[in-house]
Amino acid sequence: MFIDFFYKLKDLGIPVSPTSFLTLQKALSKGLIRSVDDFYTASRAILVKSERYFDLFDQIFAHHFQGAELPDNDDLQLTEIARALLDDWLKDPKVLADVLGMDEAQLNKLSPEELLEYFKERLKDQKERHDGGGKWIGTGGTSPVGHSGFHPGGMRVGGMSRNKSAVKVAMERRYKDYSLNGPLTQAMVGEALKRLRNMIPSGPKDNVNIDKTIYQTLKNAGEIEIVFDRSLKDRLSIILAIDNGGWSMDPYIPVVQTLFDYARSQFKELKICFFHNTIYDTVWEDAARYKKPRKVDELARFDPETRLIMVGDASMAPYELMATDGSIYANERSGKASIERLKSLAETFRHCVWLNPVSENMWVYTRTIQMIRQIFPMFELSIDGLEKAVAQLMAKN
Amino acid sequence: MVEGRKFTGATRYVLDSELASIVNISMALEMPLLLKGEPGTGKTMLAHAIAESLKMPLLILNVKSSMKLIEALYQYDTLTRLNDSRFGDSKRDISNIEEYIKMGKIGQAFTADIRTVLLIDEIDKADTDFQDDMLDVLDQMEFDIIEIDKTVKAKNRPVIIITSNAKKDLSDPFLGRCNFHHIAFPDPKMMRKIINVHFPDLDAEILESAVETFYRLRELDSIEKKPATRELINWIRALNADPDFKPKQLSKGDAPYLGVLFKKSQDYNRAASFASRRKIF
Repeated sequence: MFIDFFYKLKDLGIPVSPTSFLTLQKALSKGLIRSVDDFYTASRAILVKSERYFDLFDQIFAHHFQGAELPDNDDLQLTEIARALLDDWLKDPKVLADVLGMDEAQLNKLSPEELLEYFKERLKDQKERHDGGGKWIGTGGTSPVGHSGFHPGGMRVGGMSRNKSAVKVAMERRYKDYSLNGPLTQAMVGEALKRLRNMIPSGPKDNVNIDKTIYQTLKNAGEIEIVFDRSLKDRLSIILAIDNGGWSMDPYIPVVQTLFDYARSQFKELKICFFHNTIYDTVWEDAARYKKPRKVDELARFDPETRLIMVGDASMAPYELMATDGSIYANERSGKASIERLKSLAETFRHCVWLNPVSENMWVYTRTIQMIRQIFPMFELSIDGLEKAVAQLMAKN
Repeated sequence: MVEGRKFTGATRYVLDSELASIVNISMALEMPLLLKGEPGTGKTMLAHAIAESLKMPLLILNVKSSMKLIEALYQYDTLTRLNDSRFGDSKRDISNIEEYIKMGKIGQAFTADIRTVLLIDEIDKADTDFQDDMLDVLDQMEFDIIEIDKTVKAKNRPVIIITSNAKKDLSDPFLGRCNFHHIAFPDPKMMRKIINVHFPDLDAEILESAVETFYRLRELDSIEKKPATRELINWIRALNADPDFKPKQLSKGDAPYLGVLFKKSQDYNRAASFASRRKIF
């Protein structure tokens, strides 16, 4: 029973195992499941083993039992576009006012939060009127407001409540925040980065090494000799270089901030520096990139075991990367093309990664991303990407 | 259901119906239930509640990062035996090793005469080998004591609840063998119910304003350790105990005893400045 459902889960990327499917069958044959509601809770508890897939499960469940729309890949791109659009509008209040159907004076009275709230309300309206369509909506045919599946900033719309049918509950998508493509929270960053550590013996010798003690004692023909070791401490040093300049990084500030906060509170030996778009002769230790310049050559004096994490969208004009005087700042004239700098950084620190907040399926559209990718192993700044990046950083060779 | 008993909640625990049916299914299928969720969502409390409502003894195995599986099963007390053999002033029979075997928590659950609830708390702290090996034992419902070449079989299959704070990902074989549920943080409605269970005669006004302020403070950005249910309960206890406290203070932005909610000085300062900023408006 429900073999179709099982394969649909599998096809759409939820790791389900045949054993767990058999367990579900056992539950069915024992008469433990008597309604769709029971089936929803039981099948989720038995088949799905991580809250990260709960959202996808909800969507597939709703699709299978109600014919609701399945997530498609267009959604991602549209989200990206809609996000950029919202940013654009905020720069030009008149267009926004037109779109939302109110005049500018009215708009000015709203705080940014209220505005976002209003925008969301509008989106919700739209969603209700245009069920099940990838339709574009707007005023006068010029400014598309959004897409039916769009949740601004990944915020959750629709609360939790009981006494609803399982399909309805599933359609609420309560677990969107936990899904793989939802926004990163500090807890998730923490989860991914926890494995980033390098244990090195340090401090006083106060740990008894039992194996060695036994060995030495036997060697001494039973005369006890206790062997002590130093305890292991995390001694991983990290350089975190963040692209914090220009409007192209603006949409990603919250997610980079999350990463930054976590890194600063968690890692003891952490050096944070900033750059704009790419690295030339200097990086800065202050976020304004003004007061504390630091020569990139100095970084070469760091321990080569230091982990270098670059964060940036890697999107710029190709000449900024390739030309010898590529910097967009006039006072930053260098004899070397930035790409050479990046190459030498990648050679100095063999454990390095580039985290890119731009979603991975958009990378092919930007040339500089392609070029930088060949120098640094590049990963998406998402829970999955972080996990892969950590694996790369902790790789043995 | 097994033994015709169903879990329906306990005196100090508010159960949501979804979780109740998952618990009951896991019990019927005799599979361990793995619970994830942020701290303070009542993962550990659930095991206490099940034990209370089904009137079973509760055994808690607090997992530590350095723990070896054998410690959870049994311990061979070599030191006592060595001591006995040297001084020989105990009533134990030194040649009988079994007298020096002490059961660990899993061992106790297996050898107990009645069915027990076994809570394995914070499994994520241990390494993957521990987790996989432990699931083997729980699957087979038996383990060997190597020293005396004896197999311990479970007299009763315990109800097994495993909790994880998701610091590490659990391994696939581990996940494959248990049922899974993620407890979301309770919404305000649920939270009011939870508070009601703990403070049945709490003033409605205090409840309302405290819960509202609590959720607003939780929403604050860049709070490192968000206050959880336990903190809220303690906070309300503090507010309730203060005769000078008026619920209206909260809506004015004057929130006393923030130290109960925020345990880190950075968080505390941020919350305090947020609370006082609201006074201006």
